[in-house]
Amino acid sequence: MAITPLTARTRKSFEPQHAAPPQRKWRRLTPWLYLLVPLAFLVTFTYVPVANMISYSFTDWDGFSPEKQYVGLDNYAQLFTRPELFQVFYVSLFYLVASLLQIALALYFATVLSFNMRFRNFFKGVLFFPYLLNGVAVAFVFLYLFQPGGTLDSVLALFGIDNKILWLGDPDLVNVSLSGVSVWRFLGLNFVLFLGAIQSVPSEIHEAAELDGATRPQVFWHVILPSIRPIISLSVILGITGSLSVFEIPWIMTGGSGESKTFVIQTIKLAFQFNKMGLASAAAVVLLVAILLIAWVQRRLIPDEVTAGSR
Amino acid sequence: MAVRAVRANLWYRTPWARVIATALKYLSLAGASVVVVLPLLTMLTTSLKTRREMAEGGILSLPSNWFNFDNYVTAFNNGNMLLAFGNTAFLLVFSIVGAILIGTMAAYAIDRFTFRLRGLVISLFLIATLVPGVTTQVATFKVINAFGLFDTRWGPILLYMGTDIVSIYIFLQFIRNIPVSLDEAAKMDGASSFRIYRTVILPLLKPAIATVVIIKGIMIYNEFYIPFLYMPSEELGVISTSLFRFKGPFGAQWEVISAGAVLVILPTLIIFLVLQRFIYNGFTSGAVK
Repeated sequence: MAITPLTARTRKSFEPQHAAPPQRKWRRLTPWLYLLVPLAFLVTFTYVPVANMISYSFTDWDGFSPEKQYVGLDNYAQLFTRPELFQVFYVSLFYLVASLLQIALALYFATVLSFNMRFRNFFKGVLFFPYLLNGVAVAFVFLYLFQPGGTLDSVLALFGIDNKILWLGDPDLVNVSLSGVSVWRFLGLNFVLFLGAIQSVPSEIHEAAELDGATRPQVFWHVILPSIRPIISLSVILGITGSLSVFEIPWIMTGGSGESKTFVIQTIKLAFQFNKMGLASAAAVVLLVAILLIAWVQRRLIPDEVTAGSR
Repeated sequence: MAVRAVRANLWYRTPWARVIATALKYLSLAGASVVVVLPLLTMLTTSLKTRREMAEGGILSLPSNWFNFDNYVTAFNNGNMLLAFGNTAFLLVFSIVGAILIGTMAAYAIDRFTFRLRGLVISLFLIATLVPGVTTQVATFKVINAFGLFDTRWGPILLYMGTDIVSIYIFLQFIRNIPVSLDEAAKMDGASSFRIYRTVILPLLKPAIATVVIIKGIMIYNEFYIPFLYMPSEELGVISTSLFRFKGPFGAQWEVISAGAVLVILPTLIIFLVLQRFIYNGFTSGAVK
């Protein structure tokens, strides 16, 4: 991967080959002294929970009673057969489409702003700023915006569209509205990543292409796009995993009720409201496996050194 | 010359096409700016209105007195915002210091030593980046509970310190560019490995530390779920959870809720304006783990 033991290897030649045994033993221990705390944290807060989660997922544990019954694959079977549990994947599709739209928009703005123009820094700042905002504040901003007769309705009224639309109340519309908020909030990150990648393409290449008579769109398709392809595919992968793990915005804005319930909200509710720890753990394991699978596919699709370069 | 002749025939090379293209470009950017700024701006204008103005005027109307800070006073006092900023600051200081110590030590050990199982250690950290934190909370909750840290500030602090693999990566990237010859020189002078870590590596990692402080700082300031789950007590409210609680008591009092939201957004805006360049660089190096 990205970590090459190069420095470590060159270092070895400096080490005295005839060091006394006790000293060598001490030296072998030294790295572990530095790793003790980091590894303890890593294991306690990442690997122990994952292991526990997997073991809970085969039981009917309620989360606090001392006894739990082994139920085999029952929880997993429920997840994929009960339609009300399965419905959350359909909700993810809204966010998936939104994240693809978000990537396209980010790519457009990054390309436009990679050329010198007036107010460049202002536009860059405005597009990126929402990404830095507190999620609760963002949720409130949009609750206010989407209210019946709220900002959005008032602005639409200025254009003569005078419908009182239930942006969050209409079950057919709520996920469109919420995934719109997600685009508003996260576009900035994609945009800045793309902009950075485009600007790291040597400008002589653009200039040479333009001297040869290439138009701006041609430069985009044949010069810029190929050179930032790794970061785009990485963004797509992050978009897919992100749309599977949507939580904060719908949780705060609608309480994750009804049609707006996402996979993670359902998992959290199963665990902490309905005390179905076993079922919730199975759901979390499914999500984890899905994300690991997607990450694995990404590693396959993108050659290693390209990923390392973008890291 | 030949190229020039060809160019002249292409419609998109004509001056008019250029003007239109430029106009469309600025129009799209202006449109995007309105979409970003308008929701935030209405929040600001709402926060400056009196309750009467709220009842009588439209949403897009402007406040009559731009210096009416009554709602801010209400939000700050009744919303426990002082306590919230204090708690957030407490979490920020301890988690960031902890994350820096853990991250730099791990990076130092991994990059500067050869040892058995080194590959395994690296892959343990690597795989952990792929585990989405929000999914494992169900089980992490039980771990924190077992330590007796539920509803204390230390639960979230430990989680922020321990689940932060991104900063380890940032430190690893930086430490690789610090020449090993510096370590060797110090070693020749008889410095111990800890002394090298403290006097050579840590000072040279300053830019990386600054990046981590910025990224982690913004992340922790904005984090909602972890404090919501692990610190339900009202007196342990942080920025996010205290603002979240506005929903109940202030119900439909949007002028107060707006003031609360603006209070939360303002520090972010100031930090962004002051540290712009570092923030862009930090997020481009940190976000793509």
